[in-house]
Amino acid sequence: MIPGSFDYHAPATLDEAIKLLGELGEDAKILAGGHSLIPMMKLRLAEPTNLIDINGLSGLNYIKEENGYLCIGAMTREATLETSDLIAEKYPILKDTSEVIADPLVRNMATVGGNIAHGDPANDHPATMVALGAEIVIKGPGGILGGRERTIAIDDFFKGPLMTALEQNEILTEIKIPNPNGKSGATYKKLERKVGDYAIAGAAAALQFDGDNCSSAGIALTNVGPTPIRATEAQDALVGTSVSSDDIDKASELAAAVAQPVGDHRGSEEYKRAVVKILTARAIQTAKDRAEGGS
Amino acid sequence: MATQSITVNINGEAKSAEVEDRLLLVHFIRDNHGLTGTHIGCDTTHCGACTVLLDGTAVKSCTVFAVQANGREVTTIEGMEGEALHPLQEGFMEEHGLQCGFCTPGMIMSSKHLLDKNPNPTEEEIRWGISGNLCRCTGYLNIVKAVQYASNKLQETPTE
Repeated sequence: MIPGSFDYHAPATLDEAIKLLGELGEDAKILAGGHSLIPMMKLRLAEPTNLIDINGLSGLNYIKEENGYLCIGAMTREATLETSDLIAEKYPILKDTSEVIADPLVRNMATVGGNIAHGDPANDHPATMVALGAEIVIKGPGGILGGRERTIAIDDFFKGPLMTALEQNEILTEIKIPNPNGKSGATYKKLERKVGDYAIAGAAAALQFDGDNCSSAGIALTNVGPTPIRATEAQDALVGTSVSSDDIDKASELAAAVAQPVGDHRGSEEYKRAVVKILTARAIQTAKDRAEGGS
Repeated sequence: MATQSITVNINGEAKSAEVEDRLLLVHFIRDNHGLTGTHIGCDTTHCGACTVLLDGTAVKSCTVFAVQANGREVTTIEGMEGEALHPLQEGFMEEHGLQCGFCTPGMIMSSKHLLDKNPNPTEEEIRWGISGNLCRCTGYLNIVKAVQYASNKLQETPTE
């Protein structure tokens, strides 16, 4: 399958890329890892007339801790996240997530920023980032003082299927995740039919404890709605509890209730709702175990 | 029709061509340069038959544009054999790691990347490493054995 014709641009700087986006208008797309975009172009589901390749830009590929945040450059490959010692040690939920995205060959190219900027509710990072309360750094065109940068909460980022808060002339440059502090744990659980498939459903859970009681909870769901879904009622049901098996049962029921699955070749609506309940319960349990020092 | 003049180092040889921007790397390798060892299987980023090394990293060449490889190094199955078969090629032969052989070039290139990163992988790590490559014949068992064969042989001869 051959994609439609387009003009390829390989800018040398981020500012140049942003300028090109502005000049070329609606039919220009950013080429990051390309492993969502190129398959869509081959199927002619996407027919951009201009591609702006940002693989050659320096300074967008990093994983570092800074000012109370874990900062991930948008062009960080999934394979880099998956094999990072810092991630494995302090942010295992991100390892859980990256290693179930597509397959190892795809992860050699696919980027964390692309997984989020694509805005696909079937992608795995979105739910994880919602559970972690991430912030998204976006760069756009500026005046004489340089590019405009804004940071928005992940809850304000996803607007609908393949729709995000990114303007046409903006580029997602960084994902910021608050450092875990004290007693906390998080994980991501995904059920897929086979390696490389999208989730039948997925659930991310991030818990913070004050002593024996849960002081804050983030729970979010993959591929059971038009965007990743934050299970607010489930979160509220855990806060203040010891996260006993009864509490987990109740919270996972609430997560299943807030899911909006659609029956398709991956299962019926009823089946997917049952999957959400089970995955949420498992995610909460693992998050709790990790907070208590287990893995 | 937008075109670019590109040069890609394929298996140690500089290969130049004027290509359409939309040309996929796998077509550049197969059609422009006649290296048909790299196969096109699913053409939808699933099967891994088209796997090549791009600057040493295993990628699906049906999902990379040729222009993205400009100035970079590509290794295909044709580049694996030196004076003798590469231990991976030998392993697939000795352990019957193929039946129809369609997936084999991709399997070998993925396994090459795996062994470059991890010379002594466990069975689970091998299975994980080739999980982006589909085989419809073997049931994978002999492919795993072939990679283990190569791993052992490469460690016996560290100069390889």
